[in-house]
Amino acid sequence: MNPTTATATAREVLGVGALTNASLTRWLHGLPGVDHVGADARAAGLATRSIKSTSKAWAIDTAISMIDLTTLEGADTERKVRSVCAKAMAPDPGDPATPQVAAVCIYADMVPVAVDALKGSNIHVAAVTSAFPSGRATMAVKLTDTRDALRAGAHEIDMVIDRGAFLSGRYLQVFNEIAAIRQECALKGTHGAPAHLKVIFETGELVTYDNVRRAAWLAMLAGANFIKTSTGKVSPAATAPVTLVMLEAVRDWRTLTGTQVGVKPAGGIRTTKDALKYLVMVNEVAGDDWIDPAWFRFGASSLLNDLLLQRQKLTTGHYSGADYVTID
Amino acid sequence: MSTTVTGRRAAADRRIEVRKTYKLYIGGTFPRSESGRTYEIHAAGPSGRFLANAAMGSRKDARDAVVAARGVLGKWAAATAYNRGQVLYRVAELMEGRRAQFVAEVAAAEGLTPARAGKVVSQAIDRWVWYAGWSDKLAQVLGGVNPVAGPFFNISAPEPTGVVAALAPQRSSLLGLVSVLAPIVVSGNTAVVLTSEHRPLPAVTLSEVLATSDVPAGVINVISGRTAELAPWLAAHQDVNAIDLAGAADADNLSWAELERASADNLKRVLRPAGDDTGSVEPDWSRTPDLTRIKACLETKTVWHPKGH
Amino acid sequence: MAKFEYAPALESRTVVTIRPSYGLFIGGEFVESTDGSSFKTINPSSEEVLAEVTEAGVADVELAVRAARTAFDGPWGRLPGAERGKYLFRIARILAERAREFAVLETLDNGKPIKESRDVDIPLAAAHFFYHAGWADKLEHAGLSGASTHPPRPLGVVGQVIPWNFPLLMLSWKIAPALATGNTVVLKPAETTPLTALLFAEVCQQADLPAGVVNIITGAGDTGRHLVEHPGVDKVAFTGSTQVGKSIARSIAGTRKRATLELGGKAANIVFDDAAIDEAVEGIVNGIFFNQGHVCCAGSRLLVQENVADDVIMRLKGRLQTLRVGDPLDKNTDVGAINSATQLARISELTEIGQAEGATRWSAPCALPERGFWYAPTVFTNVSQSHRIAQEEIFGPVLSVLTFRTPQEAVAKANNTRYGLSAGIWTEKGSRILWMADQLRAGVVWANTFNRFDPTSPFGGYKESGYGREGGRHGLSAYVTTGATR
Repeated sequence: MNPTTATATAREVLGVGALTNASLTRWLHGLPGVDHVGADARAAGLATRSIKSTSKAWAIDTAISMIDLTTLEGADTERKVRSVCAKAMAPDPGDPATPQVAAVCIYADMVPVAVDALKGSNIHVAAVTSAFPSGRATMAVKLTDTRDALRAGAHEIDMVIDRGAFLSGRYLQVFNEIAAIRQECALKGTHGAPAHLKVIFETGELVTYDNVRRAAWLAMLAGANFIKTSTGKVSPAATAPVTLVMLEAVRDWRTLTGTQVGVKPAGGIRTTKDALKYLVMVNEVAGDDWIDPAWFRFGASSLLNDLLLQRQKLTTGHYSGADYVTID
Repeated sequence: MSTTVTGRRAAADRRIEVRKTYKLYIGGTFPRSESGRTYEIHAAGPSGRFLANAAMGSRKDARDAVVAARGVLGKWAAATAYNRGQVLYRVAELMEGRRAQFVAEVAAAEGLTPARAGKVVSQAIDRWVWYAGWSDKLAQVLGGVNPVAGPFFNISAPEPTGVVAALAPQRSSLLGLVSVLAPIVVSGNTAVVLTSEHRPLPAVTLSEVLATSDVPAGVINVISGRTAELAPWLAAHQDVNAIDLAGAADADNLSWAELERASADNLKRVLRPAGDDTGSVEPDWSRTPDLTRIKACLETKTVWHPKGH
Repeated sequence: MAKFEYAPALESRTVVTIRPSYGLFIGGEFVESTDGSSFKTINPSSEEVLAEVTEAGVADVELAVRAARTAFDGPWGRLPGAERGKYLFRIARILAERAREFAVLETLDNGKPIKESRDVDIPLAAAHFFYHAGWADKLEHAGLSGASTHPPRPLGVVGQVIPWNFPLLMLSWKIAPALATGNTVVLKPAETTPLTALLFAEVCQQADLPAGVVNIITGAGDTGRHLVEHPGVDKVAFTGSTQVGKSIARSIAGTRKRATLELGGKAANIVFDDAAIDEAVEGIVNGIFFNQGHVCCAGSRLLVQENVADDVIMRLKGRLQTLRVGDPLDKNTDVGAINSATQLARISELTEIGQAEGATRWSAPCALPERGFWYAPTVFTNVSQSHRIAQEEIFGPVLSVLTFRTPQEAVAKANNTRYGLSAGIWTEKGSRILWMADQLRAGVVWANTFNRFDPTSPFGGYKESGYGREGGRHGLSAYVTTGATR
């Protein structure tokens, strides 16, 4: 969808003649509010679900298959990235039946390494771009960043929004940035399919749930394929209530427009218990259609090992330990 | 110590006890004074036997304690009143468990018989329970809706004032201490307490109780040392919101008026020692308190909101 | 079949021991009945018999009241408040220690989901004792004396009758303030849910509570009547149906017996067009389906602003599809069993009437177990103010939906009922919340939340929902006198 089409579509959704900052503001500020205490309570209530035996085994495998295995460090090297890719393809050398993860998530300049390392597998390469994690750079830099990643073969782009622009009410600017990057994703043809675009809000900086709801609707309006909570570089990163608000957003967006958008909580999800709580939330808030790696992802690194430990416990019947899972 | 043959044999048969080290309690840990100083504590009465070397706190220790108290204030004040009440009640449970130790220390510190010391310790534990039970009731007794003359909802509610310094009573080493400390923290304030100068040991044992309870680190900080040396630093400290001068009564070389003058620099809320005019005395701690000590470190917040459709 | 099914996650029953039969707890011990009989209590989710329980007769009631009187005139009456308080602190702590046991027992006997007994009923019950423990030695500060110079004093022996919907929680609402203020108690739990009250008797023993301070006598309507009408009872506290409440009020007329009554309700849950919509839907669901709708303050009428009614109802129906109805011991169950065959019959009868009156009925599609008493969450739309299902308390998982156009109309419809226990308001606008709260004739108003309880928060109704308040400072006044003489 090119930016002009994005704008035209947005005008239709809003029912306005011109997509201006004022009309976007009216629309976004007219969305229903989120009661903070109520949202926290709903998330907490869903977290009391008890997932046992067969459903637990299924959920663990599903969660593994939804992981974007992540390394986003200044100290990343080619060998480090190759190591992560190897783990992505065979998470548990002691059990080849273990599912593979959905994607490997890395900085854009590492894409060629990852593409090579993951050759022959179905695992996607997701690149963080647009001056990740801060988003503080010119649009030209952000676009070049994205193009380089796409040219190198990235299947997925995880961009960050400009939180400064959002918090100062420049919604049209945020819209245009997302639409422009979405346009880049659509144009690429290396793999034959357009790259899919995840839009990161950095919910820890947006703070209020009302802001998260507005960011979600703005991003979906601009053409996001996925909405994502955090970069993982700011605390708090993903939380259950924030993800709840985003799941409600994608559910309602599909009711309104017929378009399905995915959700990715990222950062701070370390245990199997956490992952299962998120899956329950997806199940009961958005529904069956989102229980699929195409529509829900976990942005995580250490989570994988905890899932493997729990998986081993279900297979062997006793508690496992750190010596029985690999570091990457 | 006996030097006769019989005495030496008796000494050899007697088990040597492992004696406690009495340190400061700051930020949930037990450091020695950064100054490295200690001073001797002796039992009350004519025997005056040596009890221990207590840490002699310095102004830097007091400074660190204020930092710790300020750091945890947000969390303690934001805890539900129910939670604070439960935490404080648990302290009483643990005090009861250490009864024997408290009785021995209070008896030695104040020159009381074991029976009398036992009574004092019981009162101290019951006093703590009394204060713990206030946590979830203060707002109901001290706050309320105000019937303003207009279409407005108007409510007043008590809130903790912040970091509170307290000079613990000089004579009543446990009951007096509890009576000064509990009312500070029950409403959500955090505390920096200067122990009785010459009778600090029960306060240190109380710190051990606090450290093994659910009271978060830094909510209560306990510093032993020379009252006249430390009190002025706390009275002048700009990050302390209130000060209880109870321990100025019978303190060596101390003028509570000076402390109150120093407190005026940042308008600390000051709780003066009991007494008339310039004098100061220690009150009878055995009497059931009223709400004065709790109210002394509370603010009242009043909120308005229109009522309209 | 859904992609993500939840396997059964049953809470274990082994944590609690249920005796085959129970006597009456009088004078600190379990004793056999003198002139009563026995009856069975069952698990309403399976109709399995749990235990045999005594139906206390007239002589039994007499014994219990006398034991309470002896304790009041004796050790308990002489005890300083601080010491009374320490007994209550012990009880609170023991309840917290044995919380799992009580939660499982409550679910077995009542039919409510283990999630609710575990997360709501039992913790609140323990909290109620903890809160009131602290009042025992502070009554002079509670603002009870009014113009009187006399400090608050207990009334004497209190007769308490509680319902089956929150058995242990209702017990705590009754016993905690009564004991804190220095009274002694004879309490009759509901006939279908006696077991947690009987287990509570064990807690009293573990706490070394002096004999006769708390007496638990089981039985049905007759036992309750004998207790309430006994001349040795100084005060009656009753939670239950409005009908029985009225007969109690009649029976104490002309005596010096005081009473507090907490009766039925037909609360309006009012949703405005600017509500936080997702949280409002949760509030509607919580309001009427929490505890299977067996809640006196349930939001059994949804008053939704007409301009958003379709959207709200659509979202509500979607949400109801994720409610799990099933084995109450399963940790994933949201809606449990109906408490008894009698109650199930009443719910069925009224919903038939609702349909006959012309309202549109919709029930959440769910498989109901074979044995036991079950009712699917049900929503009636197109309900009018004059329909019986808008006026009469159903006391089940059945919601009646009406609409309104303006805040004034919402107030008028909400207040147009003989009841006045509670109300809900859903709007993001603060001034409207406060204005509505002023106008609503209800003892408890929840704004942007529902079914929230706290020991510090007074609870009770206007009009035929009863009189008197339980909880908070206000709840103490029913149990004391400040007169020079009683």
